Amino acid sequence: MAPRLTIKNYHLEANLFTQRIFIAAIIIIVLTLCLITRLFYLQIIQHNRFTTLSLQNQQVLIPIEPNRGLIYDRNGVLLAENIPSFSLDIIPDHVPNLKKTISELSTLFDIDNDAITQFYKQRRQHRSYEPVSLKLNLTDDEVARFYVNLYRFPGVTINARLLRNYPLGPDSVTVLGYVGRINEKELKTIDAANYSASNYIGKIGIEHYYEDELHGVVGYNQAEVNASGQIVRILKRFPPIPGDNLYLSIDSKLQHIAHQAFQGERGGLVAIDPTTGKVLAMVSHPNYDPNLFVNGISNSNYKQLREAADRPLYNRAVRGQYPFGSTIKPFYALQGLNEEVVSPEDSVYCNGYFQLPNVSKVWHDWNHKKGGHGRTNLHDAIMQSCDIYFYTLAQKMGISKMDTILQQFGFGELTHIDIHEEIPGVVASPDWKKKYQHTRWYPGDTIISGIGQGFMLATPLQLASATATLSQRGTRFQPQLLHKVEKPSGEIVTQAPIAKKPVAIRVDEDWDVVINAMKDVISNARGTAYVKFGQTDLYTAAGKTGTAQVYRPTSLADKKDEEVEEKYRDNSLFIAFAPVDKPQIALAVIAENSHAAAKIARAVLDAFFIRSSDE
Amino acid sequence: MNKTAKKNIHSMNDSFWNTIHIDLTLLSLITILMAVGLIILYSAGNQSLSQLSSQVIRLGIALVVMLIFAQIPPHKYFQWIPVVFVLGVILLFAVDIVGHIGKGAQRWLSLGVVRFQPSEIMKLAAPMILAWYLHDKPLPPSLKILFFSITMLIFPVLLVAKQPDLGTAILILAAGASVLLLAGLGWRLIAIATGLVLASLPVVWYFLHEFQRKRVITLFDPERDPLGSGYHIIQSKIAIGSGGLFGKGWLSGTQSHLQFLPEHSTDFIFAVAGEEFGFMGSVALITLLLAIVGRGLYISLQAHDTFSRLLAGSITLTFFICFFVNMSMVSGILPVVGIPLPLVSYGGTSMVTIMAGFGILMSVHTHRQLIRR
Repeated sequence: MAPRLTIKNYHLEANLFTQRIFIAAIIIIVLTLCLITRLFYLQIIQHNRFTTLSLQNQQVLIPIEPNRGLIYDRNGVLLAENIPSFSLDIIPDHVPNLKKTISELSTLFDIDNDAITQFYKQRRQHRSYEPVSLKLNLTDDEVARFYVNLYRFPGVTINARLLRNYPLGPDSVTVLGYVGRINEKELKTIDAANYSASNYIGKIGIEHYYEDELHGVVGYNQAEVNASGQIVRILKRFPPIPGDNLYLSIDSKLQHIAHQAFQGERGGLVAIDPTTGKVLAMVSHPNYDPNLFVNGISNSNYKQLREAADRPLYNRAVRGQYPFGSTIKPFYALQGLNEEVVSPEDSVYCNGYFQLPNVSKVWHDWNHKKGGHGRTNLHDAIMQSCDIYFYTLAQKMGISKMDTILQQFGFGELTHIDIHEEIPGVVASPDWKKKYQHTRWYPGDTIISGIGQGFMLATPLQLASATATLSQRGTRFQPQLLHKVEKPSGEIVTQAPIAKKPVAIRVDEDWDVVINAMKDVISNARGTAYVKFGQTDLYTAAGKTGTAQVYRPTSLADKKDEEVEEKYRDNSLFIAFAPVDKPQIALAVIAENSHAAAKIARAVLDAFFIRSSDE
Repeated sequence: MNKTAKKNIHSMNDSFWNTIHIDLTLLSLITILMAVGLIILYSAGNQSLSQLSSQVIRLGIALVVMLIFAQIPPHKYFQWIPVVFVLGVILLFAVDIVGHIGKGAQRWLSLGVVRFQPSEIMKLAAPMILAWYLHDKPLPPSLKILFFSITMLIFPVLLVAKQPDLGTAILILAAGASVLLLAGLGWRLIAIATGLVLASLPVVWYFLHEFQRKRVITLFDPERDPLGSGYHIIQSKIAIGSGGLFGKGWLSGTQSHLQFLPEHSTDFIFAVAGEEFGFMGSVALITLLLAIVGRGLYISLQAHDTFSRLLAGSITLTFFICFFVNMSMVSGILPVVGIPLPLVSYGGTSMVTIMAGFGILMSVHTHRQLIRR
């Protein structure tokens, strides 16, 4: 074993040290190269990826809600607007004790239980860092009161937002419908990006039908945020494009007068400009305030509306399907003439009763107790609304030709008016009866159809549209509510009338026969509306009354209307157009369980012509 | 002016700096680094002038400390180091006890006005005591000497690790190990020591705090907890990576200015440099640091006695390890340990230690001729 070197060899040690320093230098260089390689990898090779990540970190797109388009009536009266409104909002994430906060807020503001329920309901639909409104439409005083107490309520803020408002309230709801908060079902169908800043969406009516036009296009703020998500600055602004402003063809004054005329009644009214198909008024009464729905209607309010006996939520103008009653007669008369089943001179003797051969059933004239109308031609049959004449006509013509004329006038199918809620009514045929009633078509079904009882159903809108067509001697237009569109650029696009396939009647004089008869309904002392509608010097009018029986228990069958409960009373209908030779307005009115239809029509026509003569 | 005169001035200059015990090359490099550091810090601190001025004051103090340390000749260090070392260990114990009384990490010892971390003393005291111990031992050291050396080292390392300050513990260990390496420790023994260290890793893992373990896990899989323990490293990599070749420009780093990058003024300041000055800037900064290391190695090669050599070499290597570990952790090669980027990161204590180290380097270099003459 070699003796171990125990004394220090300074020279050797110095060499050893130099050698080690050298080795250390090599290690240092190798490690540094590793580090530089790493930096090269991060900064050169992966540069694009990290640039993207860095941008994602710091930039967010904050959507900006476009201003919803305004809605005006034909005269520029504002029907739907956006008003700034202050709401008391809570960010649940930032509130230590939600229950306590709400109860303390309740001492400061008038917050009812409905609002609290509503708050919890909406809270479930929001993320916990999003503000949820507790109270809307704060007054200036309430805003001030909150700011004084601000320190007590962390996580509670006041936000200004634009709220949809309908200045005319109930008067416009039948046409406009309303907007409401976007629900989950709607979330699945809308373009999520375009609605990323929107709270509201059209639910029904014009607001729903023209949702795309009214909504506009969402804008964005491209913003730089810091790590806690606070906006540091706005980098770029892509302004939202506001929605189009809509001008409707309706006349809000007429609308208002129609509602007044319906006071205490239930029913629907549609008035149309027969030369264009533009709707001048569309009313369902009773109605309700659409502003209630804008921010989510409270449960109790909704329940009250839904369960009200007179069904205010039910849009009778487009969804009410009523038996025609005698308003069907002019159309059948026209078809009888056109098909040469009858001539204007042919007459029927009306003794008040009608019977089919070999059928024991007896059909009555409405006038049977007074012995009927005697010898009656087509003109008088319309004027006096003779049932026996039309039973006879129906029997001669047959259901197929009767259905044809109704279909030509647009019954039994959607009118395609620009709101979505309408339903098509019924033009009954043997096939229809088999399909829906599972029985065959009896000859008696044809007979009662002749006076508008039985299976045929029409909406006030369809009746008005058909009356307009009648007034134009067959020229037909699709009913429309939209008059013109004002684009954000200022460009105005007028909505042209949409012509539909005209009702072709071979002999033009046939129109005259029917229209003259309808004129005499009002102006002839024997006409059914001579008293009900009354006389006026303001304009000439042609019309037709109608009465439709509603279902009654047999025990009440023979009683007069005045003797039974209101709900068993007959509906009254009235169709009319005026002036007779150059019609400017055609309308249809239905008053449920009431005789008021003609009276209501008169009020609306008067208003229309008084206004016209003013202008 | 003739050639001789020029030379005279130079030698006069040289002797002037020598007289005040300053190594001009090292001082120049350090000054440049400080300036660069302040430029980076100004941006990293969101152009906070108050932060910048407090850093300037710290740098000033550190420079003074360096000057003072440079004045003390190596033999004084040699004389006093046993006392300082023992005192340091006692202080570490004290901190440990206070730490038990208080809660959580306790690194600071408050001595009236001055608060300092005893662990910082150890960064210098530990290599110095080894150099002191080895100076008269035959080199390369034998197994027995190695054993004693490790025994001396193990106390401060464990005490600091227990604080818990893993970063400083690693630096103390590295400083000590570098002394042994420079002392010529046989490759066989190095291999055995390395083997032991590797074998002890599971044990170390067992003793690590939960947060320390997380940092290690995070290194390998930062995406695992992107908003928790992985957040630092992910954001730091994004900062560096998005810098590209030339960077986003001074004051234009988004990661730091928008607060995505945590600790952007302190431990993660290198990410700010990487983001704003890019690959070129990072390499330039590394080059500057390497120049300091090179000067340090040169000084240790020039040293005339074993103590000075080992001490100077170890201080230099520790400085390298400092910035290498910091940059590696910021760029995601090493786990996140709390080691600042020397002279650039905002914060005082470690800066003073580093500068004291440079003071010792200068002392070693400038007292050399005196010893020879």
